[in-house]
Amino acid sequence: MSRRPPEPVQVVKQRRDAALRALVEGIPYVRFLNISFERHGDELTSVLGYHEALIGNPALPALHGGVTAAFLETAALIELGWQMIWEEIESGALDPASLTPETMPRMPKTIDFTIDYLRTGLPRDAYARARVNRSGRRYASVHVEAWQDNRTRPFAQGTGHFLMPLPDG
Amino acid sequence: MSDQPSRRDLARQFIEALPHCRALSMAVEDVGDGEAVMSMPYRENLVGDPSTGVIHGGAVSALMDTCGGTAVMAHPAGPTSTATLDLRIDYMRAATPGKAVTARAVCYHVTRSVAFVRAVAHDGDPEDPVATATGAFTLSGIRS
Repeated sequence: MSRRPPEPVQVVKQRRDAALRALVEGIPYVRFLNISFERHGDELTSVLGYHEALIGNPALPALHGGVTAAFLETAALIELGWQMIWEEIESGALDPASLTPETMPRMPKTIDFTIDYLRTGLPRDAYARARVNRSGRRYASVHVEAWQDNRTRPFAQGTGHFLMPLPDG
Repeated sequence: MSDQPSRRDLARQFIEALPHCRALSMAVEDVGDGEAVMSMPYRENLVGDPSTGVIHGGAVSALMDTCGGTAVMAHPAGPTSTATLDLRIDYMRAATPGKAVTARAVCYHVTRSVAFVRAVAHDGDPEDPVATATGAFTLSGIRS
């Protein structure tokens, strides 16, 4: 009865970070908005790195509502895609080293998305975390909250419904 | 709708100076009473799915949000400022790669403090929409 020793920390990190990179790196619009992702275990935080092109109203100044919408939708979609591949990455069914944007499993598609604007988006970095409330074989419902200075004072929240990709589809 | 070039020109000047609208090359096509038409050209850096070249839903959202706000500002009630309270976007289908997206928004009702908006986005045929949206916007500067 010998137990397998735990994997070295570098091996675990490398595998998970490679999978996350494959998931997000190939998306031009994510790069254009300057969205990156921080990972702690399986928990993702989306980070919207501030730059001038994100401003909607220069008089305030404030983030464009469309930027906020795109940020929330991206955070929700990546969280869903991440949960979709996590098991396969961890079990070894999917090898992150062989994953490229071209060979990635198909991503879910947005059916609808509702954004609640709670406060003005300030001209600085923003963060978002998404929670998959339900993920069935065909449909998923995801809630996401975004904040800037205080985690407990979100400036926007959103809920979206997503169509899951068909197996091998 | 095109009988008020001055208002259209003003809206164009205002919208097209907003940094994010410039970054997405949004253009004001037409402005009428509580109504606006805006377009956004196809660009590689707006792509959300590199395997198909389809633009990201977020870029369509940004266009519909801006177009909705422009429709509110163009309402005869004469608001001096507006901001999005909430916006729901329904995605009917993927926008065709290579084609510009055009949005038409109508501000169909206003109270002293809230404006209600509907918008449709298409990529050539208004009868075959890419997405629709409904939203509530704040409204200020209305004399009661």
